[in-house]
Amino acid sequence: MRVEVDVPKCVASGQCVMIAPDVFDQREEDGIVVLLDEKPPAALHADVRESAVVCPAAAIRVVEE
Amino acid sequence: MVVGASAAGLAAAETLRREGYEGTITLIGEEPHHPYDRPPLSKQILGGQWEADRVALRAPADLDALGLELRLGTAATGLDLAGRTVGLADGARVPYDGLVIATGVRPRRLPGDGGERAHVLRTLDDALALRDRLGPGRRLVVVGAGFLGAEAAAVARGLGMEVTLLEPAPVPLAPAVGEPVGRMLAEVHHDHGVALRTGVTVTEVADGGVRLADGTLVEADEVLVSIGSVPNTDWLEGSGLTVGDGLECDEYSAAAPGVYGAGDVARWHNPLFGTAMRIEHRTNATEQGMAVARNLLRPDERRPFAPVPYFWSDQYDLRIQAHGRLRGHEEIAVVEGALEERKFLAAYRCGDRVAGVLAVGMPPRTVRTWRQAVATRAAWRDAVGELVPEGA
Repeated sequence: MRVEVDVPKCVASGQCVMIAPDVFDQREEDGIVVLLDEKPPAALHADVRESAVVCPAAAIRVVEE
Repeated sequence: MVVGASAAGLAAAETLRREGYEGTITLIGEEPHHPYDRPPLSKQILGGQWEADRVALRAPADLDALGLELRLGTAATGLDLAGRTVGLADGARVPYDGLVIATGVRPRRLPGDGGERAHVLRTLDDALALRDRLGPGRRLVVVGAGFLGAEAAAVARGLGMEVTLLEPAPVPLAPAVGEPVGRMLAEVHHDHGVALRTGVTVTEVADGGVRLADGTLVEADEVLVSIGSVPNTDWLEGSGLTVGDGLECDEYSAAAPGVYGAGDVARWHNPLFGTAMRIEHRTNATEQGMAVARNLLRPDERRPFAPVPYFWSDQYDLRIQAHGRLRGHEEIAVVEGALEERKFLAAYRCGDRVAGVLAVGMPPRTVRTWRQAVATRAAWRDAVGELVPEGA
């Protein structure tokens, strides 16, 4: 799995950080997404897919490899 | 079958597939477009920063991979619960085993708003039509200072328009965010040169502008009517489903056995707050779409839909974020920062608990901590302090 984030689309909701805190974080100054792990381990895949669906800005894309 | 091809309907269809359903999924949409995102319509699309293709909710390849039976540009016109079919505008009757109703809302209208200068803002086509008419020096009157109207006013000011924002209430957004925050937002618009007039009722869109209840004309080149919305439940009339302010659903978001409601159209009982709610916010559409798909797939392991609602709004350089239930609050306390600095976090009390929080310009960790207080039903006394008696 490879994770892509479209940073200009991000609206800083923080939903992804609440679901998958090992993969996503937020910038301190404006809450915009920070991708911590572009290729997360299998144990986190379900949470990452959930984050991608829940993201209110559709700013997360999961590419299954 | 999923009726409604916007955020909630797409989330339901996608979740059904992702969680192993291999049968036919029919996704019916009234609009001709592939599922797209609405929040940018009153922001980046209206402001011209984004082209229309940027609002697609899924890349075409990702949408194809779901293997959906897409029927776009076709409204649902009737439901036969006993026969398990949905009737479409093109005359087709499509059978289903399970049904998700996610038909959303449509804008409320004003008398006389059919003319060329009058606009509403719900669909991509609405946004593109209004965008083409915005420009420096032109006069825009926005009727209704809710989030949609306020965002559009901010965008139009940014494009150099003369903007008048008309609102019937004394303080804009007071029921949604409380008077102190509503007053702050009113000041923000004033600072940016919007002529905000409160306590005025618009009766119609007229030649040359809008007519107020006292008979005066407020002149405008373009008029945006943003006075709330109406759930799209007409097609359910006579179906046997209960329709009031939206489609009535239980705590599982079910409207009948095997029939679920999701998104703006659905009014359901949220057990986290012990009350019925209907939420017209982007995040809820997705979360509810996912939840009903799971309940539909696994009828023996159904889970109540008990989210902490979330919304955000961008106005000028401010991003407003709110978690929980703010409507019906009995007290507001600014618990971080200060309203005057336009960097703060306000807590909203319902009964003896923290029911909601609203933040502007606060660090994300702080906002997440307070959201957690809402999710865990934190007592106001513990999280904020002593209760302030009514009217104090």
